Amino acid sequence: MHVFSDPKNFDAFVSSFLWILKLTGASAVGALVLGVLLAAMRVSPVPVLRGFGAAWVNIFRNTPLTLVIFFCYFGLFVTLGLSLSQDLFLNIYWLGVIGLSTYTAAFVCEAVRSGINTVPTGQAEAARAIGLTFAQTLRIVVLPQAARSVIAPFGSILIALCKNATIVGTIGLMESSSVMKDLINFNGDAVIPIFLVFAGTFAAILIPTGYFFGWLANRLAVKR
Amino acid sequence: MSTSSVLYDHPGPRAKVRNTVLSVIFGVALLGLVYWIYSKFDQANQWEGWLWKPFAEPKTWTQFILPGLWATLKAAGVGMLLSLAFGIIFAVGRLSDHKWISVPAGAVVEFFRAVPLLLMIFFVFYGLPYVIKQPVTAFWSVVIGLTLYNGSVLAEAFRAGIRALPGGQSEAAYAIGMRKTQVMQLILIPQAARAMLPIIVSQLVVLLKDTALGYIVAYPELLQRGVNDLAANYGNIIPAAMVIAVIYIIINSMLTWFAGWLERRTGTRRVRVPRQRAGTAGSTVVEPQG
Repeated sequence: MHVFSDPKNFDAFVSSFLWILKLTGASAVGALVLGVLLAAMRVSPVPVLRGFGAAWVNIFRNTPLTLVIFFCYFGLFVTLGLSLSQDLFLNIYWLGVIGLSTYTAAFVCEAVRSGINTVPTGQAEAARAIGLTFAQTLRIVVLPQAARSVIAPFGSILIALCKNATIVGTIGLMESSSVMKDLINFNGDAVIPIFLVFAGTFAAILIPTGYFFGWLANRLAVKR
Repeated sequence: MSTSSVLYDHPGPRAKVRNTVLSVIFGVALLGLVYWIYSKFDQANQWEGWLWKPFAEPKTWTQFILPGLWATLKAAGVGMLLSLAFGIIFAVGRLSDHKWISVPAGAVVEFFRAVPLLLMIFFVFYGLPYVIKQPVTAFWSVVIGLTLYNGSVLAEAFRAGIRALPGGQSEAAYAIGMRKTQVMQLILIPQAARAMLPIIVSQLVVLLKDTALGYIVAYPELLQRGVNDLAANYGNIIPAAMVIAVIYIIINSMLTWFAGWLERRTGTRRVRVPRQRAGTAGSTVVEPQG
């Protein structure tokens, strides 16, 4: 434990997890908005939008996240010169948020779409019968009901997103896995404690999150 | 709600016109977006012939891409076999009647499911050599990381599959005098494995994508060879990344399609479980890691 009693190491440890939480928070919002929009496109009456949604899902679900993040850095930043902040780390952070959001949105879209499938047909038929348009049917009748059945998949997506946030370390953000690698390289005598602290922190954040979403999903589940 | 078309009425003349107009508007907007991206890369001189020419030469494929692809498939294959074994052992362990087996097995599964793969790979590659006093190759650090993570996910999938089987199956097996081990081996695991086959295959997609993380410990897989090393030789990192992405998308699409085909095939035979419920339960188990 002498490694973490050094304030420098302890600060690196804390800030690394703050990066993870910030990445997770911003990307979760981005992926949620984008994913619900994509899901709406995929069930819409306009063929072009359906095709766009399907293409997005198939491309990003089948590309490794490492490659997506890699492309955000070398494609958007290095080649196209898209700079989102003067600060080096903040720039990488926002590039990471873009990559994580676009990638995770594909999974959110699929979760919402299977959530829409759990809403009984009669609900949408009744909505159409009273003259609601497609947008109204989706917004007022179907999505609120679908939301209750997608909580469990959203929980797993959020947990995966939090773990995936470490991949932004590959383009140079000092997040937890990169900090752990550095600490291991400088403290070869305390490898196991270092690993247990980092892995244990993830477990302490994510295992309760998993149980929380399980509890929430059960509580809000539509009893049919 | 099996088809999404119940969300809107069958288009009449006005709706048809509106949909066509919207199609045209969004189509033009999309083309504009594509052209904008194209011109941005064009301004950065990314479409010049010499950047793409290497992909027409056999040397690029035989030296970089195919060896990388082979290394990716090798790590994914070994990782899949080991994580299947890990998954079955820990699923059975967690279902054990003995607390001293089921509690540690559950703790191991929950722990490795919560630890990011990158953290595992870094620990095995950089940390483990200090502990076991000998170096760990990049291949094994990737495979061990993949096994522990995906094995834990598969263990949960198997456990869910075994518990979803009708209780009568094990009751009947006990009634004809089978022992606990026999019930598990001969009755429960074969049925659960078949029901969980689509999930196992979709987890293979996850695993294959995760091998891309091998590039940060310099394991010569597809991303390392096809993008890093290739671009180091030809200076064409963006074209290389695009080509490699297409290769990943093709391979994973085939596996995804295969998983869907298996699901359709096995789905029709499982009469006891309502299909919709089974579908959503399955999708919660597989996590979209890496």
